[in-house]
Amino acid sequence: MKREDVEHVAHLARIQLSEEELQTFGAQLESILGYMEKLGELNTDDVEPMPYAVDVKNAYRDNPDHSPLPRDAALKNAPQLDPEGKFFAVPKVIGEISPNQGKSGEAGS
Amino acid sequence: MSQQYEPVIGLEVHLELHLPQKMFCSCPAEFGGEPNTQVCPVCLGLPGSLPVVNREGVLATIRAGLSLGCEIATFTKFDRKNYYYPDIPKGYQISQYDLPLCRKGSLTIDVNGKSKVVGITRVHLEEDTGKLAHVDDRNESWVDLNRAGIALVEIVTEPDMHSAEEAVAYLKELKAILSYLNISDCNMEEGSLRCEPNISVRPVGTSTLGTKTEIKNLNSFKVVLQSVQHEIHRQSAALSRGEEVAQETRLWDEAGQKTVAMRGKETAQDYRYFPEPDIPPLEISKEEIETARASLPTPPKERRKALVEKGIPDYNAEIIVRSQGYADYFEACLSTYNEPHKVSNLLIGGFLQELNQRGISEEDIPIPPEHTATYCRLSEEGGIGKAARKQVLAALFDTGKDPESLVKELGVSQVEDQDEIGKMVDQVIAENEAIASQVRGGKTSAIMALVGQTMKLSKGRANPQIVQEILKKKLEG
Repeated sequence: MKREDVEHVAHLARIQLSEEELQTFGAQLESILGYMEKLGELNTDDVEPMPYAVDVKNAYRDNPDHSPLPRDAALKNAPQLDPEGKFFAVPKVIGEISPNQGKSGEAGS
Repeated sequence: MSQQYEPVIGLEVHLELHLPQKMFCSCPAEFGGEPNTQVCPVCLGLPGSLPVVNREGVLATIRAGLSLGCEIATFTKFDRKNYYYPDIPKGYQISQYDLPLCRKGSLTIDVNGKSKVVGITRVHLEEDTGKLAHVDDRNESWVDLNRAGIALVEIVTEPDMHSAEEAVAYLKELKAILSYLNISDCNMEEGSLRCEPNISVRPVGTSTLGTKTEIKNLNSFKVVLQSVQHEIHRQSAALSRGEEVAQETRLWDEAGQKTVAMRGKETAQDYRYFPEPDIPPLEISKEEIETARASLPTPPKERRKALVEKGIPDYNAEIIVRSQGYADYFEACLSTYNEPHKVSNLLIGGFLQELNQRGISEEDIPIPPEHTATYCRLSEEGGIGKAARKQVLAALFDTGKDPESLVKELGVSQVEDQDEIGKMVDQVIAENEAIASQVRGGKTSAIMALVGQTMKLSKGRANPQIVQEILKKKLEG
């Protein structure tokens, strides 16, 4: 597996790998992918893709009333909060953009 | 000779559904609210929680698809779109990839009197993300997950548009159609309708697509128009200088009136989609599709056509059908005063101005349509002096009383009485002898100055036609 591919996967997962880890995980990924390659030996031309292992369909919920969590409970495991204890606080996201939202909200709003 | 470039534009629109509950959990899906008070283990992405599909979200998406002429999938599924960003607590967004609920639709727009069909590639259902607030002085971002998990519909067009005007016409028509479905607030400023154009340019006469850029952060029709125009210009200028256009996401810089590349360009996103294992696939029955189809309202385009057939100018009709509530209100006015053209003039003019000034939605008008219709009749038939019309209209909004009582209370009924007007005319002639003798001498156009003086004397209440008739009688014999 190419070194750039390992670095790319690490970047997508937002983890930093040391030189040694790059080697170790690279080799492991290589062997996992190699193992899965075995499936390629089968001829699946006439086989429908099967995205689900369980034969269940149309699982809708019936919208029962449901109370949200109290904020204290919702924020209980947050590593850090804003001074008023209303928000999850995370290290500032600089120069990145959410793939879904464009620029995020205004400071302090 | 300088090379001419043709822009190619596609639009991606996100529509936040207005449902009582979120898409995959039963948390309330309201706009705003105290931060992090409309959350539960599912939309917080806590371990062990499982999302379950809200049927109303699926139905609303099917209705949106049908109203855009789409085919509805009989088999559909959800997929995970993986990325790490603090607005998405699970590390992935539940979305749809290769089997969207709706595909292959179209929407017809009119630009400069020409009809044009814009292809709709797909309409799919996904979940909204949380909101981030960046706090510069603390070097932190604050996360509010109230919005996370609210049902979001994504509507993607083919790259069929070739000018900023076409893009805006598409967006306006789309917004009108969607707002008739009552599935969303469709509010660009508040972000329940978000638009991301992608734009490329190519030399005129060629058919290969150029490199495209995407613009984010657009919250009004005006900004869509300006930013797309700017981006077309920027790309064409770059190509004519022999430069290349970089594939990137850009933001609209309101202050600088230009698009700017986002800082910290990343490697291309790699979402690694795969089928959402927590949600079994959906089979949509023919009956469900037909029920949804039967529930569709008369689309704005057809209502507009019907209004034009009643003799209303195109322009008036277009403004009135922009909102279904306003179109209904207009129809209701006609049952009291059946003068479509006159009522339409009021509804796109002074009446709309009052609504806007008072921040009243066209869907939520506090005045009974009979009152508005009566007001219109009185204004047209001379029951209210011209100068007092605005005052009565404002009073209509302030008091909610019927216009006939208001005219009496305010003492602003139009003066029609020949003798009363005759006296005022005599006074004006006496005070403006010079002009009066010009009229007597044959300079008939000068009479208008005297009409104006008489109107002024009557404080705008005299019927101007009668004033003119009496003046003519007295001066021209």
